[in-house]
Amino acid sequence: MSEKMTPNSTKAAEGTASARSEEDRWQQALKEIAAGGFTRTILSVFLGFLIGGIFMAAFNEDVIKTFSYFGSRPTDALGAIWNTIAEGYGALFRGAIFNAEGRDTVAMFRPITETLRLSAPLIMAGLGVALAFRVGLFNIGGNGQLVLGLIGTTWISTRFDLPAGVHMVVAIVIAVVFAALWGGVVGLLKARTGAHEVIVTIMLNYVAVNFFTWLLREPSLLLEANGGGTPKSDPPADTAMLPQILGSEYKLHIGFLLAIAATVVYWWLMDRSTIGFRFKMVGHNSFAARAAGINVERTYIWAMAASAAFLGLAGANQGLSEVGGITPSISAGIGFDAITVALLGGSRAGGVFAAGLLFGAFKAGSPAMQVMGVSPEILGVVQALIVLFIAAPPLIRALFRLPKPQTTDVVGDWFRKTFTASKKAAK
Amino acid sequence: MAKRIVAAGEFSQAEVKVSWKTPIVMAGFTALILVFFGILGSTDQVAFQLSESGDRFELADFVISSSTLSIILGVVLAAITALAALMVRGAKPVPTWLSLIYGLIAATALLGWLAAGATVPVSFILGSAIVLAVPIILGAMGGVMSERVGVVNIAIEGQLLTGAFVASVVSSLTDNLWVGTLAAIFAAAVLSMALASLAIKYLVDQIIIGVLLNVLVIAITNFLYSQWLASDGRNSNFPGTFDIISIPFLSEIPVIGPALFENRITVYLTFIIVPVVWYILFRTRLGLRARAVGEHPLAADTVGINVARTRFWWVTLGGAVAGLGGAALTIGNVGAFGREMSGGQGFIALAVVILGRWQPLYVAASALLFGFAIILRIWANQVSPGIPTDFITMIPYLVTLIAVAGFAGKVRAPAADGQPYEKG
Repeated sequence: MSEKMTPNSTKAAEGTASARSEEDRWQQALKEIAAGGFTRTILSVFLGFLIGGIFMAAFNEDVIKTFSYFGSRPTDALGAIWNTIAEGYGALFRGAIFNAEGRDTVAMFRPITETLRLSAPLIMAGLGVALAFRVGLFNIGGNGQLVLGLIGTTWISTRFDLPAGVHMVVAIVIAVVFAALWGGVVGLLKARTGAHEVIVTIMLNYVAVNFFTWLLREPSLLLEANGGGTPKSDPPADTAMLPQILGSEYKLHIGFLLAIAATVVYWWLMDRSTIGFRFKMVGHNSFAARAAGINVERTYIWAMAASAAFLGLAGANQGLSEVGGITPSISAGIGFDAITVALLGGSRAGGVFAAGLLFGAFKAGSPAMQVMGVSPEILGVVQALIVLFIAAPPLIRALFRLPKPQTTDVVGDWFRKTFTASKKAAK
Repeated sequence: MAKRIVAAGEFSQAEVKVSWKTPIVMAGFTALILVFFGILGSTDQVAFQLSESGDRFELADFVISSSTLSIILGVVLAAITALAALMVRGAKPVPTWLSLIYGLIAATALLGWLAAGATVPVSFILGSAIVLAVPIILGAMGGVMSERVGVVNIAIEGQLLTGAFVASVVSSLTDNLWVGTLAAIFAAAVLSMALASLAIKYLVDQIIIGVLLNVLVIAITNFLYSQWLASDGRNSNFPGTFDIISIPFLSEIPVIGPALFENRITVYLTFIIVPVVWYILFRTRLGLRARAVGEHPLAADTVGINVARTRFWWVTLGGAVAGLGGAALTIGNVGAFGREMSGGQGFIALAVVILGRWQPLYVAASALLFGFAIILRIWANQVSPGIPTDFITMIPYLVTLIAVAGFAGKVRAPAADGQPYEKG
């Protein structure tokens, strides 16, 4: 965010830039690209995978064995390291993108559909956390809000008889409403008492999970028919299940389309609507926003409710795609993953979508890595490292000796010039 | 300008108006205990087992009807509520110790209600609560030490987990629990250094960096656990535990003796660390400087205190203390390391810091509340399976919520908590 320049500096830069030779402009443009967020993202992802690979190799039995005679035949050790890393990430690719060794086309293309399926809740949840970030709030309570969504979804989908389609829509809407109310409480507490949202959301996470577990224990509430001591609900009614998109051979369901829709809604909300403008204004400077006549307290409440609504949608996605019964564990830490998704995506609609796809691919590729004898937990390390590097721009800049953020905007100017010119030409 | 109520996380030194919230919340709980536990409660007998057979001083069990006990305690609670109300009327804030006594009595009433028709092994419950609270207390001490100098430490969870993992693995590999303990302290301190340098030098958002360090540590320990410890557990994850040390004479005091003075070294170290942190923070020049940095870094800088260095070392030392807390999870209690075994206790520690208002002694007392809640849930499952233990689990979190929302008196963070300081 610190790379934003003021209009004044742009003008000044334009003045000097025109005086400069063509060569200088090129150099400046390259510098800008190197210092920009995109380069940093790519390098962070690269570095994350690299360190993950080192971890993988360091704890691989073959590699350790070859190291015992490293002095006499070092090529063995290097070969083993290469094999381990290649096998691990190869398995990730086969499990998440395309399996060239598959028996038929279905088996070949199933991995990519799995990635799409598993990225859907991450995208939805990531958008929720991202929304809060843009308002200057840190929503660590994603899991609790997601669980509230699950409560709503479970209640509607297992305890009501409604026509197909309508049932699903009602279950999703109730999930979103429950989660939004739960998130609204956080905003209310912050607005009214000044309680810090980080602490409040952490506490509400535990409250929500315990509450859901209790609901799932009570036969009159959400416990499955003929259920025993374990907290578990019936599977959702068929009328409420999210329909499959590509037929029964793939598990992909319309959750992914909902994620696309959520991304578009998020983009419109944050970049096109008045309320989104208010959100961002409070996020940039709440004092200035207050001076401009915005009710900051009310904005906090709405923002937390909106943020939680996305997490509720993720909860509905989890609940309504579960063929077995719903248990508290199907939230699967998505509320926490959402934080990394939002950070990697820079809290922008497209970025969050891409980050969700990447981490969805990690989830899809995990079983294939397990088969190859590489613990897929390594992907968690890669994920954490990537986001850690993203979150600390000075760190990655120091590591790769990148230039400092540039105050000029040569690339932007060129882009705008070409873009507007072509537009004029089209007219 | 109208007086504002300042609550946790709000970094302001504005004057705080005495609020009626505390007596109101107290009155609510008192009514709950009087009506549901007392008047509508079971009349079955509860036996409080004060000593075990074979102790030097054998005391008879204290037997009372569950509902009578709740009514008696309810009346005491009503008296405390009235006292709190009188204080607020006199424009005096309700002191923390009064809230703590209230909590203790309310917890006893809960215990009496849960155990209707059964026996309460008092010193077992107390002792377990202390053992379970130790990692939370030490984690929270780490939190206090870094927040007092103005760095929010969300990474306590990661520090506990690091300590737990390193303590178990290094103890197993070296066959020496003390080496393992030192390694745990060192590893967590290094993690804390990462937090400190990113937050202080690179000015990365402290909360974000804390959360990410947690995620990273959870991922790394999960990976190492499944790739290494799970298959090679006998060599690398079989540390054993410290021996239990009975302090002569003191451990024979009825009720509190076995709970306090028959413990592992990690518990005794906690008994020492808490007052030491308090003493250094509030009675020494070092502590005064640290607090100055946390309250007003610019002023501290002006009088010649090196803000960045002070912050760095306090955060690092805080990490070291939290690392010991992690060691207490493994070699100070169960032995072997388990996946994500800190299970959110670092986040609880974070809450406890606020609940205890950044005062080491109150923080330790609040951590005991959580330890008590954990053992109560485990124990209540065995005594009366019908009781929804999920709600008991929820109590400490709700209490924390009530506290941060300003319903339990004045809560004020160090003024510069979470704010980076750039030397101008």
